[in-house]
Amino acid sequence: MIYTSTRIKESIVDRIFLISLYVLLSAVLVVVLYPLVFILSASLSSPLAVSSGRVWLWPVSFSLDGYIAVFENPQVMVGYANSLFYTVFGTLISTTLTVMVAYPLSRKTFVGRGAFMLFIVFTMLFYGGLIPEYLVTKQLGLIDTRWALLLPKAIAVWQIIIARTFFQFSIPDELVEASEIDGCSDLRFLGSIVLPLSKPIIAVTALMYAIYQWNTYFDALIYLKSQGLYPLQIVLRNILIMNTTSGGNIEASEMLRRRELADLMKYSLIVVASLPVLVVYPFIQRYFVQGMLIGSIKG
Amino acid sequence: MNTKVTVSREKNGLRRNLVKSAKRHWQFYILISVPVLYFIIFKYIPMFGVLIAFKDYNVIKGVLGSPWVGTKHFNLFIENPQVWTLIKNTFLLSLYQLAVSFPLPIILALALSEVRHGMFKKTVQMVTYAPYFISTVIIVSMLIMLLSPRLGVVNHILGAIGIPTINFMSEPSMFRSIYVWSEAWQNTGYAAVIYLAALAGIDPSLYEAARVDGASRLQKIINIDLPGILPTASIILILSVGSIMSVGFEKIYLMQNPINLSQSEVLATYVYKMGLLNANFSFATAVGLFNSVINLVLLVAVNKLSKRVTGSALW
Repeated sequence: MIYTSTRIKESIVDRIFLISLYVLLSAVLVVVLYPLVFILSASLSSPLAVSSGRVWLWPVSFSLDGYIAVFENPQVMVGYANSLFYTVFGTLISTTLTVMVAYPLSRKTFVGRGAFMLFIVFTMLFYGGLIPEYLVTKQLGLIDTRWALLLPKAIAVWQIIIARTFFQFSIPDELVEASEIDGCSDLRFLGSIVLPLSKPIIAVTALMYAIYQWNTYFDALIYLKSQGLYPLQIVLRNILIMNTTSGGNIEASEMLRRRELADLMKYSLIVVASLPVLVVYPFIQRYFVQGMLIGSIKG
Repeated sequence: MNTKVTVSREKNGLRRNLVKSAKRHWQFYILISVPVLYFIIFKYIPMFGVLIAFKDYNVIKGVLGSPWVGTKHFNLFIENPQVWTLIKNTFLLSLYQLAVSFPLPIILALALSEVRHGMFKKTVQMVTYAPYFISTVIIVSMLIMLLSPRLGVVNHILGAIGIPTINFMSEPSMFRSIYVWSEAWQNTGYAAVIYLAALAGIDPSLYEAARVDGASRLQKIINIDLPGILPTASIILILSVGSIMSVGFEKIYLMQNPINLSQSEVLATYVYKMGLLNANFSFATAVGLFNSVINLVLLVAVNKLSKRVTGSALW
């Protein structure tokens, strides 16, 4: 109904305008999608096809050599395992701490919440700087330990604001009052009423932290020295950007073959490293948007 | 006299109520104590550590024991002939970045909200949103690989239409554009979400009225959509101007190579190199502090301006 009525009223100018919008958005779609499709296709092609530049859009002479090389690389596997560790435990620590601070801040009966809020938001405006932060971490003896990636950036103020806003708007005051009359303690109320009601926001918070942990490299760059502790992103940087591949005394033909394989492996490595995030992405997209909307209300 | 007494009595009552309420909800303080400890250790102690910018920091003597040297490090920094290049590089890169990354998400959101075809709209949104989740290391690797003179598909395509090979990453004059446009590629879809939310919140009766009056699509955008997202847009503009001197260190550092350094060295990368690679802690902290102060001044100024012009501001 609505569709037909607007169609009748639509003027020629509006039609042209709408068509040009479709053209624009299609162009945007292609520009964003092409590099991703190209990387995926290259990763599934043969080493020779990639190095001779025969791949444009679809895989050429399909092969899984790149992926085999990735999985045979011990550095990559150690990095993958480390990143899984950092992501799981970092997310656990960060999400727990965020709920611990966001929930009290959402309650009117919490005396001093304005002062606590100011105390936290102030850290958004003023930042000690890279060097003082490094010195504190060093003083605590965290340098070159796994804790260095789990603790210094554990809480993001923005996540606290989003979670607090959610608690404020989705937990009705009547429910709080009723529980108080029944003699339910605050901790028990949080555990048995608030958390089950807040699954979406906890999911958003956890995913935001998880993606941060999976993707970040800078803390590892400044705090870690032992190769055995390196997260995947540092390994990727060494292989993809610094170009450190083991050489040695080998024949020229063998060297060429290895170089071709190393080039190919880069594409496969990118796919393997982004996979965990891109696989869960479509499922979580809705939650993310929801989370951002809640955040933008900002009470 | 009498009123004073009642006021103070009321105050006492209020205070007693507060104390009572605080006692009753003691568990809140237990809950919040651990995060508060985190903020003290990892945020407030480093803030206090900024003092070493005015001292000659010595690892053994610590922050408090090191001798004061006043503004020695700031003078050293200002007198350094390299400093203006650093400030210029930082400023130009941020300004370019702002000029691209501020309008693009607005345009994308406006275009998406006009499109009524559900499937197409969803696809565009989902695809443009995805690159946000790719790590910086991978984005820079992709840039290096796709733009490579030997293997890069961009040069293959250029070659096919007869343009000679360009070594993009080693061309200092191209550094800024590569940085800014790849940033736009990655973040525009994500940034558009907030504007789409603002557009969804506009009163539908306004569109009804516009349709009755025979307004064209473009007129509706200019007279309804744009004013509708103005508050959101000004908040985002304030925030980005406030961080204008703190461009993304992580990405710049990865994109740097000895050839493009003349354009790619910014204050943040300089702080990292001076402080952590050369162990010049006090000097690097001074440079970092200089940078944060500029940010804070810009933030306050733009906030004030925005309050006067659009009426919406952070505080």
